[in-house]
Amino acid sequence: MNETTLIGLFVAVIEFGTLLYLAALGETIAEKSGVLNLGVEGMMAMGGVTAFWAGVETGNPWVGLLVAAVAGALVASVHGLVAVVLGGDQVVSGLALTILGLGLAAFLGEDLVQERARAKFGSLNLGPLNDIPWAGEILFDQTAVPWLALALGVATWFVFTRTRVGLILRAVGESAAAADSSGTSVVKTRMIAVMIGGALAGMSGAYLTLSLAPGWSEGTTAGRGWIALALVIFGAWKPGRVGLGALLFGGLLALEPRLQTFGVEISPILLSMLPYVLTVGVLVLLSVRSRNRPSVAPAAIGLAYRREER
Amino acid sequence: MTSASVELTNIWKRFPGGVTANAGANLRVEPGTVHAVLGENGAGKTTLMNVLAGVYRPEEGTVSLDGVPQSFASPAAAIAAGVVMVHQEFRLIPSFTVTENVALGESPRLLVRNSLEQQVGDLAERFGLHTEPGKQVWQLSMGERQRVEILKALWRDARVLILDEPTAVLTPQEATELGRIVAAMAADGRSIIFISHKLDEVTEFCDEATVLRGGATVAASLPVAELDKSRLAELMVGEATEVSIRRTRTTDVGDPLLEIRDLSMRDVHGVVTVDDVSLSVAAGEIVGIAGVAGNGQRPLADAIAGLAPIESGSIAVRDLDITPASPQARVDAGLAYVPEDRLGVGLAPRLNVIENAILRSYKSLTKGPFIDADAAEQMCEVLVDDYNVKVGQLDAPMAGLSGGNLQRLLVGRELAGRPSVVVAAQPTRGLDVQGVAAIQDILVEQSRTGTGVLLISEDLDELLALSDRLLVMHEGRVVAEFDPDAVTRAQVGEAMAGAVE
Repeated sequence: MNETTLIGLFVAVIEFGTLLYLAALGETIAEKSGVLNLGVEGMMAMGGVTAFWAGVETGNPWVGLLVAAVAGALVASVHGLVAVVLGGDQVVSGLALTILGLGLAAFLGEDLVQERARAKFGSLNLGPLNDIPWAGEILFDQTAVPWLALALGVATWFVFTRTRVGLILRAVGESAAAADSSGTSVVKTRMIAVMIGGALAGMSGAYLTLSLAPGWSEGTTAGRGWIALALVIFGAWKPGRVGLGALLFGGLLALEPRLQTFGVEISPILLSMLPYVLTVGVLVLLSVRSRNRPSVAPAAIGLAYRREER
Repeated sequence: MTSASVELTNIWKRFPGGVTANAGANLRVEPGTVHAVLGENGAGKTTLMNVLAGVYRPEEGTVSLDGVPQSFASPAAAIAAGVVMVHQEFRLIPSFTVTENVALGESPRLLVRNSLEQQVGDLAERFGLHTEPGKQVWQLSMGERQRVEILKALWRDARVLILDEPTAVLTPQEATELGRIVAAMAADGRSIIFISHKLDEVTEFCDEATVLRGGATVAASLPVAELDKSRLAELMVGEATEVSIRRTRTTDVGDPLLEIRDLSMRDVHGVVTVDDVSLSVAAGEIVGIAGVAGNGQRPLADAIAGLAPIESGSIAVRDLDITPASPQARVDAGLAYVPEDRLGVGLAPRLNVIENAILRSYKSLTKGPFIDADAAEQMCEVLVDDYNVKVGQLDAPMAGLSGGNLQRLLVGRELAGRPSVVVAAQPTRGLDVQGVAAIQDILVEQSRTGTGVLLISEDLDELLALSDRLLVMHEGRVVAEFDPDAVTRAQVGEAMAGAVE
């Protein structure tokens, strides 16, 4: 193992971490408002295919990113309509969204498979910073997207803990009835949270097809949406912890193809199981806390809200 | 004359299904006063308050605040106009701090934690509400949680606060403290509406009282200082209505079938719900238990049925101690239970009529590992015939039946096992006149065959008509025993309100 492969590994950790973080951050926002959206994989695929298409058309990766965000939000709004507005089952609707998103992405992308990537995010050029040994290559030779993800994470944390909007969002996710009786529109708040979640999942897909693995093919999301879902639980619905978890789970994804190069004799299949094993472990740890203490999970997650009427 | 802070005039509210909850109710509350709204369960107190708080829209009548007519489209509109209701079930978020819960309704765009906590603390201080603004609500006692609810109302500068049976969840000390807080708020010029049926509190905390009965106001704005408790109790329960079926009392009672000795219970919060209760029911006897809801009747019934843990005491059926027995073992010992919560505890609404009918006895209907469908249907048909249950399809979901028919099936099922003792909790509540009569007939008939019946009810007329002996529960204790033929409604009402020593 030499310096170059090690640096390559760390670069990949950041890249995969970013991919997972964008999607998981979006899901965190949706779940904090009380809406479980199991459609992350589908929204990611839709984001990926539309971003790649827009990149081919315009040659500008930022346009691709924007288009993907819009596509993700639109797909998420289907879930919002079914699960939030109509009060349908969130699990069923979310699973349907994954199947719908994957299928629609494959259909739309049929002719894009042979296409060569015309738009890619370029590395940042930060002058002297890029020349710092190790850090220069790992942190500053990246595209702008990891930094964008970090900024979005900090912003989310700030909104959650320091603003009225965040207070309302969390209240809706904890007790829709309490939020409603204090004059908040539960449906509107949840709908917006779900669509922001979708936009971030779409951006995650865009990062995949425009930077991490430029190009489009069916199945390119490869289950990363599900890892992002587990990551939300692993990070206990906290933007910061979800970020650290993203680096850990991203590290596992980055290690997978490199294990053999490093001469380690572990099946990559075992490694790909690890995120889920870790998540179950965290769930166990969280549940052995004091009995009276409310769970860290948003209390109203998965529950449709209808105002009680006699 | 200055305009009243709240004026409700001739309020009518009917619900689908024909229940008229308010039939011309009036209420006038002066600014800066504590006004009690009194009445038995079902007198329409909560409905009237929900009209004021914008939850319901009345079919008739007007709501005015400070002389200005109002028409609230939603609770939010009422809150905006300064009317806030503190419900019996608190609407707090356990994982939020006191400050976060309080600020939820109205907060600056950016939250600065220290300064918000300071503001909430100052407001609490002003009204003598002891609270810790930084604590999470799940760590608080019920009394502290109630103070947070009141603080929420004050934070939005509520001019009219409605407290719906506020002392139901409080310890006596906390109740006394609530009295001080209420007085401080009134001194600040706010109007407080205090819904209660505890006469002690009314005479202690309130300036005026309005009494509701049968959805209408029977006495408006009585000055509390000039009233005694027995007068209030009399107003609450009213004079005897039409003479209902007075059954001939059982003169020769048999052996005691149900014996409860020194039973005490606590709820999950550690509050005593049943306090050293002893009673017995003999063969052929109907023993009635009267009491305002929430005075231990429901836990008592659940304890007898084996559905709630007890702290001390013993329960015996036909001299067999069933204190530690499972619900099934109690049924085998000869106990039948008609629970208060028909559709939740008694029946499974989504299962069909046959399935519900055999829930108790399916074990005798098995054919190997399967249920004998023909035998089950036959059994169900017998039950439906015997108890005159009006059903469409036997394989249609239970939930489609009317309340009266649901109850007939439930009672029939429970009695089919020929029990020695029947515990019936609110068996006629919510039924129409025919349904009530049918269930009452069944219970009387059952007692004639030598079954002991423990009848828990909030309907005083029913209890006076059916019981051989009438016990009154108040705050978990049996506080009085009456001969139904030699007692007035007012006397029972006083005991229910805790006015007897």
